[in-house]
Amino acid sequence: MWDEIQFGFALAVSGLSIGLMYSLIALGFVLVYKATDAINFAQGEFVMLAGFVAALVLAVKGMPVIGAVVAALAVMILFSFGLERVVLRPLLGRPVVAVIMATIGLGAILRGLPPITVGGETRALSLPIGDTPISIWTASLPPIQILGVIVTLTFLGLFTWFFLKSRMGVAMRAVADNQQVAMAMGINVERYFALAWAMAGTVSALGGVIWGSMLGVDVHLALVGLKVFPVVILGGLDSVLGAVIGGLIIGLVESLAAGYLDPYVGGGTKDFAPYVVMIIALMFKPYGMFGTHRIERV
Amino acid sequence: MLHRESGVFKTSYAADMALYPLPIARWTVAAIIVLLAVVLPLSLHEYYLSILNLSLIAVVGALGLNILVGYTGQISVGHAAFMSVGAYTAANLAVHLHLPFWVTLPAGGLMAAFIGALVGIPSLRIKGLYLAIATLAGQLIIEWIINHTPAISGGAQASIEVPRPTLWGYQLKTQGQLYYFLLFFAVLATLATLNIVRSRIGRAFVAIRDQDIAAEIIGINIFRYKLLSFAISSFYAGVCGVLYTYYFGIANYEAFQIGVSIDYLAMIIIGGLGSVLGSIFGAIFVTMLPIAIRLVMEPLAGMFFSSGELSSIVASTRLVLFGCLIIFFLVVEPEGLNRLWRNIRNYFRVWPFSY
Repeated sequence: MWDEIQFGFALAVSGLSIGLMYSLIALGFVLVYKATDAINFAQGEFVMLAGFVAALVLAVKGMPVIGAVVAALAVMILFSFGLERVVLRPLLGRPVVAVIMATIGLGAILRGLPPITVGGETRALSLPIGDTPISIWTASLPPIQILGVIVTLTFLGLFTWFFLKSRMGVAMRAVADNQQVAMAMGINVERYFALAWAMAGTVSALGGVIWGSMLGVDVHLALVGLKVFPVVILGGLDSVLGAVIGGLIIGLVESLAAGYLDPYVGGGTKDFAPYVVMIIALMFKPYGMFGTHRIERV
Repeated sequence: MLHRESGVFKTSYAADMALYPLPIARWTVAAIIVLLAVVLPLSLHEYYLSILNLSLIAVVGALGLNILVGYTGQISVGHAAFMSVGAYTAANLAVHLHLPFWVTLPAGGLMAAFIGALVGIPSLRIKGLYLAIATLAGQLIIEWIINHTPAISGGAQASIEVPRPTLWGYQLKTQGQLYYFLLFFAVLATLATLNIVRSRIGRAFVAIRDQDIAAEIIGINIFRYKLLSFAISSFYAGVCGVLYTYYFGIANYEAFQIGVSIDYLAMIIIGGLGSVLGSIFGAIFVTMLPIAIRLVMEPLAGMFFSSGELSSIVASTRLVLFGCLIIFFLVVEPEGLNRLWRNIRNYFRVWPFSY
């Protein structure tokens, strides 16, 4: 019995920390959706791109880690701006299917480019934080996961402050609520669209550095993006808090499923269980735990 | 189809509804039949015929997906999973019960239709992005179940070898024989789709696509028609999966992963959403694309990269081109190749006196 509890605790701690790292990526999705109503199916590819940029810059001799992080941030912010201008703005007002397919197409481009341009082999992205696991009772966490947790919580705090207290945050909430009214109130809606994408680029860049240094940077890094959907559906598509809580739940479910179910069914439950939870959640709470209900009128 | 009429001179409803508006249309159809049934299979080399065969299979799948996405407006990112359901159903029936293809093919289709309707149930409550993610979940869950159930997947490799189809005791083996086999089903699927979309069912689908609440108010049973759309579309997907299985002689879940779902979505977007001709164009275009890239890349292989890297380079180039094409068509020409084809036709309609 005692062993059971210890095992469960270890699983739970590792699940929760991974879950928070999913939240970091999910934040990028939620911010964009909240402010601009655009759906980014290429969030995982964003993370991959950031990982590649960081790894390539870090490979330059004598480059400090901070340089790589800054490079990743700069590239991702510029890239997000450009994407909004070139691809998503012409699709404004078109059916959801069009936006979804456009970002799926973008994801395909991003996944195809690295093997052609810089080579598809896996690169290491080592941060100077060591790799001796830190133990908390029976659970042991690699330092990179601790870093991921710290970064996520920092951003959660920052975004909460931003949306609740800062002038720009309030303006962005107004844009998210009703674009036309916001425009009539003298808010430059386009600037806030750009800001939302820049924020999404920022979290994707940090997500790329952290996930890249945990898993290694190659095309498969984009698969992290598949975990974003259960997280945001569970939490609610337009809720920052929802992304974090959804991430915690999905991380926990994934870790417990892998720990308890894998021995019986022969592996792979890690990728499967979050989606089952998501389907059940969709059936009962289609707008997630904290999402806004939309009322449709004919 | 290819004719140019000089105006609309119809004086009765019968003339307006006629399948062949002018006598020449009859000849065009006859010419296309001769081209498909006699000229192509007899003149093409085995290799090109195999490409054509793959296109024919893709046509069936693309038509099905277009019924769902293009006509009913319900997105599905999990179509490859329905194909795998059809493929494994048919493979198991063919291997364990030794049933002929004319039993396994509809059986695979019906099984896929059933599973598809099941996955489509969330569409009653949710739409758009939520539905896309729900079908994505369907894809991953079905893939996982097939892969982890030896009774379905036939053991560790998760693949089942299937004998080639036999017709009247005669086994279809060569590309030419398989060509007729596949052509039959592609044509059948095309005719069926053409007739579905202009029937009561098709009209209901289009009404749901345009505004589902409004459709419900004018008396369309949303529950029935949304699920029907999923079922019909998945039936096509299932048949497409069975055809793949018979064509390659093996059912393997790796041929039906999420990338394939996206390929099929790309087909109907590049071809044109909500158009039968567009599905056919898109299916052929997307099937030919990697082959065209390989043709272009092979001479360059020696110069820029070793020939060992060729296949990964081709795969990546294909992905990039795919993405570019999807975005290009979505932004610039939302109605796809079908629209381009219509533009060309309209241009030549009054050519050379265009003013």
